[in-house]
Amino acid sequence: MMITEPRLVEVRRNVLKQNDVFARALRERFREAGVLAVSLVSSPGSGKTAFLEKTLTLLRTQYRVAALVGDLATENDAARLARSEAPVKQILTGTVCHLEAAMVQNALEGWDLGKLDFLFIENVGNLVCPSSYDLGEDLRFVLLSVTEGEDKPLKYPTIFNSADVAVITKSDLAEAVEFDEMTAQRNIQAVRPGMKVFKLSAKTGEGMAEYLKFLEHRRTRSRTAFAALK
Amino acid sequence: MHELSIAMSIVEMAQEESERRGQVQVLAVRLRLGQLSGVVKEALLSSYEMACENTSLEGSELVIEEIPVEVFCPKCQVARRIRSIQWFCCPRCFTPTTEIVHGKELEVVALEIK
Repeated sequence: MMITEPRLVEVRRNVLKQNDVFARALRERFREAGVLAVSLVSSPGSGKTAFLEKTLTLLRTQYRVAALVGDLATENDAARLARSEAPVKQILTGTVCHLEAAMVQNALEGWDLGKLDFLFIENVGNLVCPSSYDLGEDLRFVLLSVTEGEDKPLKYPTIFNSADVAVITKSDLAEAVEFDEMTAQRNIQAVRPGMKVFKLSAKTGEGMAEYLKFLEHRRTRSRTAFAALK
Repeated sequence: MHELSIAMSIVEMAQEESERRGQVQVLAVRLRLGQLSGVVKEALLSSYEMACENTSLEGSELVIEEIPVEVFCPKCQVARRIRSIQWFCCPRCFTPTTEIVHGKELEVVALEIK
């Protein structure tokens, strides 16, 4: 009888390779179509849906916008967002706590990206799991509401580090909850130096104009960059 | 808790590799896990056991090597390990930096087979 000794073989395989392949394909599709894809991550209750509804409503006057919304079990968010009259599709993730690139790809089936200027992807409310998954988005926004406490970035450095822009939401409540903006800013900059931060209120509209201008600028910039590449 | 789906991917990968080598038995899977991968080691270990159940990998071990975060300092022009993932700056000159050299790894690097 032959006895084989245990031995070590080298493998080198990225566990999230499959997701990364889907994400890369999506990113290419977004570029070709000239659509700016923006994803939103935050903890539950930080105002992602209200923020997105306001964004869609305001952008829709000048641009073609659409949104995908990830949720565990309900379709309430999609129903709320539909009030903006922009095309909205819900991605029900079941028990999955985050969106993956393949889910985004499936949800986009039947949509002509060439007819869009902005696509928003609202992730499941969770500050842990979404950080590992690239969705092919151009920009990842992480939301932090003034009611959550200034130390959120320090508690969840991985997700803040994976994001491109931070949005402090519910600014209309800042005074009531004694939100310390300086500390919040300092914490954000500690985990993601140089990060762009917007402070706004979807309810009163405060700060929305500056943020929308940024989105428009980024869209123009990425379209110009892609045109130059061609 | 996305560790279970990640553990399932790891098991799948190991099964593929084992098949490719002629159905060898996998004793252990070695994984490099970055501190910024967004995956919790303990959760992954218990998920791995679950993911192995009723597969050819049942009883195998997941050996995790944790990779600390290293950033490139634009001022010192060298990569260094940061002191805390709550503070992204060069530990020597304190220049803030977002250039991550290591810490995002989530890769199967080797298999122990028989």
